[in-house]
Amino acid sequence: MRSDRSTSAPLGLKIAAIGGLAFLHIPILLIFLYAFTTEEKSYQFPPPGLTLQWFAVTWNRPDVWEALTLSVKVATIATAIALVLGTFCAAAVSQTRFFGRETISLLVILPIALPGIITGIALRSAFSMADIPFSFWTIVLGHATFCIVVVYNNAVARFRRVSGSLIEASMDLGADGFQTFRHVILPNIGTALLAGGMLAFALSFDEVIVTTFTGGQQSTLPIWMLEELIRPRQRPVTNVVAMVVMLVTFLPILAAYYLTRDGDQIAGAGK
Amino acid sequence: MTAAVLFENVSRHFGPVKAVDAVDLEVAAGEFFAMLGPSGSGKTTCLRLMAGFEQPTHGHIEIFGETAEGVPPYRRSVNTVFQDYALFPHLSILDNVAYGLMVKGVGKEERRKAAEDALAMVKLPGYGTRKPGQLSGGQRQRVALARALVNKPKVLLLDEPLGALDLKLREQMQEELKSLQKSLGITFVFVTHDQGEALSMADRIAVFNDGRIQQLGTPEDIYKRPQTRFVADFVGSSNVLSSATCAKLGIPSAAASLRPEAITIGTSWAEQLSLPGKVTARSFLGAVNRVSVDCNGEKIIVTSPAAMPVPDIGADVQLAFSRNDLHLMEEA
Repeated sequence: MRSDRSTSAPLGLKIAAIGGLAFLHIPILLIFLYAFTTEEKSYQFPPPGLTLQWFAVTWNRPDVWEALTLSVKVATIATAIALVLGTFCAAAVSQTRFFGRETISLLVILPIALPGIITGIALRSAFSMADIPFSFWTIVLGHATFCIVVVYNNAVARFRRVSGSLIEASMDLGADGFQTFRHVILPNIGTALLAGGMLAFALSFDEVIVTTFTGGQQSTLPIWMLEELIRPRQRPVTNVVAMVVMLVTFLPILAAYYLTRDGDQIAGAGK
Repeated sequence: MTAAVLFENVSRHFGPVKAVDAVDLEVAAGEFFAMLGPSGSGKTTCLRLMAGFEQPTHGHIEIFGETAEGVPPYRRSVNTVFQDYALFPHLSILDNVAYGLMVKGVGKEERRKAAEDALAMVKLPGYGTRKPGQLSGGQRQRVALARALVNKPKVLLLDEPLGALDLKLREQMQEELKSLQKSLGITFVFVTHDQGEALSMADRIAVFNDGRIQQLGTPEDIYKRPQTRFVADFVGSSNVLSSATCAKLGIPSAAASLRPEAITIGTSWAEQLSLPGKVTARSFLGAVNRVSVDCNGEKIIVTSPAAMPVPDIGADVQLAFSRNDLHLMEEA
């Protein structure tokens, strides 16, 4: 019976699977297609002709560069903050026992479970109440809230697998807290942090909702795209940028997936 | 002479649990000292107090005359061989062994040489480039030993280091540990729940139960002259005779211990004591037969050499033993 199953799926199942994949990915392919169209004003199908000129046009648009630089800066700094705070949180929750540990664990994860709009409104009112002007840094803080979660989740899973006796062994052999962190803990959680950092970067890079609430006059790349859709000028430029955003976010996520998968045997081998 | 490790009225309480309760002990320099007891008896907590992973709730600890309370593990001249070995999985064997020297800032060439010497000492020369995951349990155990000894500790703490090894390897390691300790002259403090291991290796043994030391003495002392029923039971399943049985033998005592191998079945001389009984079970253990005898409601275990004839189950027998083998105990 089991061998039958591996030879061929029923026709209905095949059609369903193809339909599902088409539903998910044809819109994305359309975005790619219209990055090459010769028609500037509207999306008529099929495109009247194909051209590479929009790549050159995009390259020469200063507003695209401005938005891209801002997005990269925000994502980098938010990820850096998240790496430090997320690692500390994970270390505290997994290496020690204290009253309310489970609650803290839940509270750290909560921002990613909350709808972005709630996080956005909450941060916006908090910033106004504290009289903090909306700026580059408020965007960074907004992004850091959900970036911490991703780093924390990755780190806490790996921390649990670094057995407590490794840390004790390091101390026993004469290493103080800092040396133990540098020589034992960091090498064992390194790939998890790298993966967490990449996911955080990707999340921050295409974030719209929290950014609209916490940003001032600046536009990050996703916000710039949204504005372009409303008052189109050289429409295919948006499609070119969309392709870039996809690549910038997809590659780190793919890399993070492979890193955490291969890291499975790293910390468990001591037993 | 200064004691290697000194415990003065040391307690370690975890909330209501008295893991270690008012323990006094003194480990002499150069001694092979075993802490023996069932799990949860406080022996491992005592070891962790010596290593510095735990701090005493009450009492005073000295290591070679220096106060140990408040001194973190990384500033103590003791090293530990962990039960699960705790080798660093991301480092090579050589880097594992050299770790202690590396964090102390010893030069690269010097620590490589020292680590190689230590690996040769535990009979693993040339294994330096491998990773811990590529070694067998016995080999990892040797690496853990080399990693601790390379730091030249004043006291080496061993937490059930042979627990995970199979019988043959364990016996071999027992001999090696013993001869290593003699040749290095380092004080070894060894935690085990295996009484055979403690008896064969240690110069002195502390038997732990419920956070307290039940008896402290040489292996022979502990084995032949148990002071409490617990020690008699735990160190090799001694028979404990009740006060009624003692009275029947004409000896007034609360209880008395009698080793199974000190009893013979069926032949009693004039100067020997004897007890009548009925055989209830018997089993062949290779070198000996183990016979259970019911003496007036009291179960007595006898081990007799395999060459001796064994009575059938249900047979009435006489148990004979010398008065000298009967060790009187104060508490029941």
